[in-house]
Amino acid sequence: MIRLQNIHKSYITGTNKLHVLKGIDLHIKKGELVSIMGSSGSGKSTLLNILGLLDNHDEGVYELNNEEIKSMSETKAAKLRNNLLGFVFQSFNLISFKNAMENVALPLYYQKVSRKKRNKLALEYLDKMGLKEWAHHMPNELSGGQKQRVAVARAMITEPKIILADEPTGALDSKTSVEVMELLKEINKSGITVIIVTHENDIAHMTDRIINLKDGRIESIVENNKINNTESVQIPIQE
Amino acid sequence: MFDRDKWQEIFSTIRKNKTRTILTGFSVATGIFMLIFLLGAGRGLRNGMTSVFAQDATNSMQIFGGRTTKAYKGTPEGKRIQMVNDDFLNLKKSIQKIDAISAMSYIPGAETISYKNNFGNFNVSPVHDTYKEIKNFEIIKGRFLNQNDLAEHRKVVAIQDEVKKVLFPKETALNKYININDIKFKVIGVFHQSSFDDNSREIYIPITVAQKIFNNNDHIRRISFTLNNVSVEESQNIERQITYKMAARHNFSKEDKNALWIQNNIENSQTFAGLFSAIEMFVWIIGIFTILLGVIGVFNIMMIVVKERTKEIGIRKAIGASPNSVIGLILMEAIFITAASGYVGLIAGVGLLESISQFDIIEKVYPPAAIYFIDPQVDLGIAIGATIVLVITGALAGFFPARKAAAIRPIEALRDE
Ligand SMILES: Nc1ncnc2c1ncn2[C@@H]1O[C@H](COP(=O)(O)OP(=O)(O)OP(=O)(O)O)[C@@H](O)[C@H]1O
Ligand SMILES: [Mg+2]
Repeated sequence: MIRLQNIHKSYITGTNKLHVLKGIDLHIKKGELVSIMGSSGSGKSTLLNILGLLDNHDEGVYELNNEEIKSMSETKAAKLRNNLLGFVFQSFNLISFKNAMENVALPLYYQKVSRKKRNKLALEYLDKMGLKEWAHHMPNELSGGQKQRVAVARAMITEPKIILADEPTGALDSKTSVEVMELLKEINKSGITVIIVTHENDIAHMTDRIINLKDGRIESIVENNKINNTESVQIPIQE
Repeated sequence: MFDRDKWQEIFSTIRKNKTRTILTGFSVATGIFMLIFLLGAGRGLRNGMTSVFAQDATNSMQIFGGRTTKAYKGTPEGKRIQMVNDDFLNLKKSIQKIDAISAMSYIPGAETISYKNNFGNFNVSPVHDTYKEIKNFEIIKGRFLNQNDLAEHRKVVAIQDEVKKVLFPKETALNKYININDIKFKVIGVFHQSSFDDNSREIYIPITVAQKIFNNNDHIRRISFTLNNVSVEESQNIERQITYKMAARHNFSKEDKNALWIQNNIENSQTFAGLFSAIEMFVWIIGIFTILLGVIGVFNIMMIVVKERTKEIGIRKAIGASPNSVIGLILMEAIFITAASGYVGLIAGVGLLESISQFDIIEKVYPPAAIYFIDPQVDLGIAIGATIVLVITGALAGFFPARKAAAIRPIEALRDE
């Protein structure tokens, strides 16, 4: 599904050049549940943004869904994001003046789905997230966990192949964190590839594979127990 | 364009920023309102002036005898120039472009006119039958003087509607006999004429009759005529031609400007037309500048809107909004604000003009001014033109902010501060 070869990325700020990604090689198969870990500033978000076509890489080969991603028009990138990818962010990024249902339905607006149809679908997805009663509430009337579940519903509504989540539990308490993770695992079980950036060990250990980034390079990749839904405890927890 | 979802998107943001949107809209609306109102008022003024001056056809000229201010061939200055019938006949023959020509004499002494017990002082003007083509009368009853009246010295009279009201308050005037200086004249027609002063009360009798029974001479006070299709230059030429002819006939210097008074309505009406064009131009400039200020306001607002909505636009782009759809969103909003508020201004301006003419507001506020202000309207062309201007300026005002919005990069917008 995703294949990275020697990906480099630098940010230029003024006269300084900050080399953030220094040659990333990575292969993520269809249907995997992967987490990316690493200390702050190690380039996790940068990597995820490149994977999500929100940013371009400078060097290397990025293949997404068997298609090589080179510099492409913003229109094409928008279309790919809309059809193929779903995003979940740490700070939810819901649109404040739209209610939960409208937020969930918005990606379908850009697919020119009729209003009636997309609102119906949005209600179905909210129902799956257990938020049916909250459909007509504005984001500021929802708790953090509820907001994140709305965001997950929004990411899911276009039936994407990949969900990219940048610290989806970063703003949630541990109980709601686990709930959101269960949700993402559920989604993963339906065959969707899920990539989660996190710096929480227990979150990472709920995934199939942990990719450790350090200083712009992959330091190690830890395969969790294949039957990790039985919550294996034998795997040593990486610090 | 008529995508309901897009409008819903636009309305939801407008609703969020009501005050700001209204304030901007207000300046655009004011611009259009001023433009429409001033143009309409200008039009009303032009109509009023035209109708006031139209009592003399705009292609007419009038000649009055004056007093010389230069000594000429032994005659000292100060000689009165008295026109006579021969002058009239001579001009009628010699000026080719003349369409209709009529002389006017006058009746000396008190002009008390009566019918039974009703009487009043009216202006009695002895004229030719052709006078009706020079003055724009509206015949209400009967007819104006005709050639036979003139040729056969018939004692007949055409009276103004105001005169009829006084002399015949309760009965028809036609075929009744009124007394003019104790001589009976038969009423053959009633007419209406618009005029500078509301007090005009005119009576017309055949000039041949007046000269025979009241004056006993061939003096005339003025000669009026209309010209066919002449330019201002031609009319000035004719003016000069007349001066030369009359100078030769009455023995005064061709250079003497006061011996003969010639009123050239062709020239005058062109001067008026020029004046009103200038006023209209001035109004356009004011209106356009006001609209321009409004548009700059819209531009500023949209810039702020884009800045405030950076994060939202970033979210939209992350979940699949194309640059074009973002441009569309901002552009439509700008066009909508300009067009909607412009429309409000348009309606207000037209409404004010309409109510002024509907309820005769000027008549109520200051009656004497009323005749100078008729039918203040803006035509459809101007309204459509203004609308097009609005949409275009709205699009211009939205264009740069929209481009700015489209260039927003989601990663920048979504970065947590
Ligand atoms: N748009 C940008 N322009 C310049 N520098 C940037 C930009 N985005 C990120 N950086 C820098 O690149 C480095 C990596 O940033 P990145 O956001 O990928 O880190 P991260 O691993 O996600 O960190 P965290 O855990 O704190 O989110 C940081 O030093 C950051 O300051
Ligand atoms: Mg990060």
